[in-house]
Amino acid sequence: MKIGFYPGCSLEGTAREYNESLKEISKVFKIELEEIIDWNCCGATAAHSLNKDLALALPARSLALAEKQGFNEIVVPCAACYSRLFTAYSELNSEPEKLEKIKEIIQIDFKVTSKPINVLEFINKYIKPDLKDKIKNKINLNIACYYGCLLVRPPKLLAVERYEDPMIMEEIIKITGAKPLDWAFKTECCGAGLSVSKTDVVNKLSGKIIDDAINRKADIIIVACPMCQSNLDMRRKSINTYLNKKLDIPVLFITQLIGKALGLDSNKLGLQRHFVKVSPELFMQKGISSDSVSNKIGVEV
Amino acid sequence: MSDFEPKIIAFVCNWCTYAGADLAGTSRIKYAHNIRIVRFPCTGRIDFMLLLKAFQSGADGIIVSGCHPADCHYTAGNYHARRRWIVFQNLLNFLGIDTRRITFSWVSAAEGAKWGHLVNEVVDNIKKIGPYTEYAKLGKIGIGSISEGNYARIE
Amino acid sequence: MSRIGVFVCHCGENIGATVDCAEVAKMAKDFPGVAFSIDYKYMCSDPGQTLIKEAIKEHNLTGVVVAACSPRMHEPTFRKVAAEAGLNPYLCEMANLREHCSWVHYKDKSTTLKAAELVRMLVEKVKLNTPLYPIKVPVTKTALVIGGGIAGIQTALDIANSGHKVIMVEKSPSIGGHMSQLSETFPTLDCSQCILTPRMVEVAQHPNITLYTYAELESLDGFIGNFKATIKLKAKSVDHSVCNGCGECSAKCPIKKIPDEFNAGLGTRPAIYVPFPQAVPNKPVIDRDNCTYFRKNGKCGLCEKICPTKAIDFSQKDEFITVDVGAVVVTTGFDIKGTDFFPEYGYGKYKDIITGLQFERLASASGPTLGEIRRPSDGKIPQNIVFISCAGSRDPAKGIDYCSKICCMYLAKHAMLYKHKVHSGKASVFYMDIRAGGKTYEEFVRRAIEEDEVNYVRGRVSRIYEKDGKLIVKGVDTLLNSYPVEIEADMVVLGTAGIANPESESLAQKLHISYDQYHFFAEAHPKLRPVETNTAGIMLAGACQFPKDIPDSVSQASGAASKVSALFSQNELTRDPLIAFVNKNTCVGCFMCQSVCPYLAIEKEKIKAKDGSVIREVAKINPGLCQGCGTCVALCRSKSIDINGYSHKQVYAEVMSLFNERSLEYV
Repeated sequence: MKIGFYPGCSLEGTAREYNESLKEISKVFKIELEEIIDWNCCGATAAHSLNKDLALALPARSLALAEKQGFNEIVVPCAACYSRLFTAYSELNSEPEKLEKIKEIIQIDFKVTSKPINVLEFINKYIKPDLKDKIKNKINLNIACYYGCLLVRPPKLLAVERYEDPMIMEEIIKITGAKPLDWAFKTECCGAGLSVSKTDVVNKLSGKIIDDAINRKADIIIVACPMCQSNLDMRRKSINTYLNKKLDIPVLFITQLIGKALGLDSNKLGLQRHFVKVSPELFMQKGISSDSVSNKIGVEV
Repeated sequence: MSDFEPKIIAFVCNWCTYAGADLAGTSRIKYAHNIRIVRFPCTGRIDFMLLLKAFQSGADGIIVSGCHPADCHYTAGNYHARRRWIVFQNLLNFLGIDTRRITFSWVSAAEGAKWGHLVNEVVDNIKKIGPYTEYAKLGKIGIGSISEGNYARIE
Repeated sequence: MSRIGVFVCHCGENIGATVDCAEVAKMAKDFPGVAFSIDYKYMCSDPGQTLIKEAIKEHNLTGVVVAACSPRMHEPTFRKVAAEAGLNPYLCEMANLREHCSWVHYKDKSTTLKAAELVRMLVEKVKLNTPLYPIKVPVTKTALVIGGGIAGIQTALDIANSGHKVIMVEKSPSIGGHMSQLSETFPTLDCSQCILTPRMVEVAQHPNITLYTYAELESLDGFIGNFKATIKLKAKSVDHSVCNGCGECSAKCPIKKIPDEFNAGLGTRPAIYVPFPQAVPNKPVIDRDNCTYFRKNGKCGLCEKICPTKAIDFSQKDEFITVDVGAVVVTTGFDIKGTDFFPEYGYGKYKDIITGLQFERLASASGPTLGEIRRPSDGKIPQNIVFISCAGSRDPAKGIDYCSKICCMYLAKHAMLYKHKVHSGKASVFYMDIRAGGKTYEEFVRRAIEEDEVNYVRGRVSRIYEKDGKLIVKGVDTLLNSYPVEIEADMVVLGTAGIANPESESLAQKLHISYDQYHFFAEAHPKLRPVETNTAGIMLAGACQFPKDIPDSVSQASGAASKVSALFSQNELTRDPLIAFVNKNTCVGCFMCQSVCPYLAIEKEKIKAKDGSVIREVAKINPGLCQGCGTCVALCRSKSIDINGYSHKQVYAEVMSLFNERSLEYV
């Protein structure tokens, strides 16, 4: 089975392990994620802060290409890309005049039939039903599921139930045997793009998230957004300096966690790519036989 | 077709839609001027033959609107109107009369804005469909006189 | 030959600024049948009315069209004017130039043209109007009051004290409503129960008031002066004529863990219970949904065994009674949003985030903590408490658009009561604006801030979460340049939005009254008829119309009561004669009309020959019952039924006037 795939910029760069682990677990379920040929930037924050037409036209072009390439659904793992693509999808579907205008701009005639889905929707629909049967290693960890902002918002558009306290990831990881925690920072802001311009703000915001997860005895944090992952993981050193603490909780993508439960090789899931070391013992200690994780670029924390 | 100003006639009930149109006024909601409202006590009072009369005389579009289901001031008049409309619609289709020209709607006394939207929407639609001349022509060859007779009998 | 007068009103600027009224009057002069036409600044003013009266006499007019505001506003005014000039009032019609024209269009030729067309429609109609005479109907001088809160109590007492009978229906086992749950009342801080309970007792003992508690309105038929109400008396399972209210049964009932409605869920009650110690009547009912006897097929029955007066009666059934009443006052009150409504405040999962109503119970001497402020989770006295106003109100994105009106005041009161009880404690109030409009209200809030040192923070709270047993309240102080504020609170009180009763929609449908977009009952006019509904004979009082405080509810209740008393001061009522009538000559006697009439107003009339033999049966309308909906008119297959005021000919003339060959052109 083939589904369209829109990697966006981060899955080619800072979130390579997200890309790798998603593809690895899809293989187990005999799903092939096929990249949309000639996809382009989703526009991210820049476009919709400056120009409404541009903010629609950029994602619309990728939607149109996906449609031409025959995809009914496109998996969009990055939460920001997903937000832009889904906004375009629903606005163009409900407002015919806008669609006419956008078609004119991108010079492609299309009907907006390719539906963007995020990783959680993808897992729910294609992985979750058979997940239980395919589990090789029970995960015995306390897990804080972190959603961040764009995966569940804006509520009017995405209509996620309990958008301030969602339970989607929790329901998924329970199947792997993991224990999801009730914690307070599930949907708080990680600092997002301020990571580059005002790292202090990220230190403060992400620091609170990590702190609360640890206080509630989480072993790991899992995420489904490249931005959140990079802020919680890559910025750990400066967060620790800022908090004057030594927080060493790893931050994994949900796809990596599922991969581990499916018994996949850690290196294939990209676990060696994290800044905060995912120690081989993490899964071992809790009674899971694990292969070795080579931590080539991990920093000491 | 751009300078075509359709004549739209609205048959509304006194308690909901007429009051809703009043509220549109009180709220200063602006809408197209092409609408003329005829007040009825209830949509249940509306004899659908009158719709044909209006078309025959030159109306380009018609709105029938009353209270939402279950909100009728007289308990059930709007249900009778709805049933009548369902049956009548089939008849009109059979006769070849364009039912897009009739809009059946519910507008409550609290829905001033909805009334404004409804009028604008209907005016836009009818502008797209164009003026209604076919039925008036029918009237000249005799169909009209039948319904004329119908009214003439009421003394 | 008709001689119609057209009177075009400018309504000051309201019509005059958009519509060229003089031009409309000029055009109207040329309409066939118009004998006189004039425009004037304010037609409803005294000189305006005189102008109409003089014109009617001088020009010997046979009909009048007043082109002004909505007939729903001033039709009675101008019909009265016509009557005073000797013209039958039903020969006066209004063209709605304001609500349907000048207010909804821009100043333009087409707007003036539309105004003229509206006038012509009504001119054509009024030419076919016939003189009509009001119908007289008797008045049943008993009022039905639905709801036994403070508004219902005040209404019932006022009507009863003016010498008329009152039937009060209350759905819960006791009257008293929300006011009985309150601790102290703003702005005087007098004890709510102390001022309320004497009134409750008065209702129970008043010779003119019949009280049905644990009862609901099942249906209402009829019309002003002559309603028939069917009341469902829910089975109490206790014979109140025998019960002496000793309370043994409640004390012994083995089921004890039912969340207590009176304590807003903070306490528990047994299955056989009196809602609160001062209840009226002070006799228990059995909550059958939770009683073991009813749930487990006759097991238990302990109360029956121990009752000293043998008052327990498990076999009681719901009873239905029908009463004749002349007027109805709806006083069914309001409800509030629960804490589970707020995602950012944890969807109700934190026990120590409570509603304002729950705080009232905590602060009340009759409450679950006997008046001590203790938090629900562990019973500790909170040292740091946060109040959040506009919780759900004034929030178009997620909650409701309107201001719930009472929260600013009760939160100030709560903060004050807390400070009076916990001297060392810290109280903060997050607010958007402080709306303290009312006699001595502003002073009350100032007292909370200045004397009781309540910390008022102008800003919203974005998130509350629990950390180490504290509730972390994250907000912002917009008076300090949007500086983020974080308070570690022990307890949080939400001033949750006041909303319509969940049953208001179904009640409105039973009563045939309208309700607004928020399901509050709609008054007949927002300013000038605030206690009446659009259905004659049905009034409103209290928070079922919109959230309001006790003084406002009581004033509206007295207003509604005086409307009822005015109605009952007459022996006969006059009613608009806009009803249906049958043409006996053409009626074929199919009686299809009978099956659609919602008022059972259509009877069979026998037409007899000279020898007394029945020739045929035809329909006949009972003018006392017909409400003039006209459903039979449109249905009649032989076109034998018509209706006054909206006759076939009249509506036909209105439609035709729009399309005749002399279509109007603006010069």
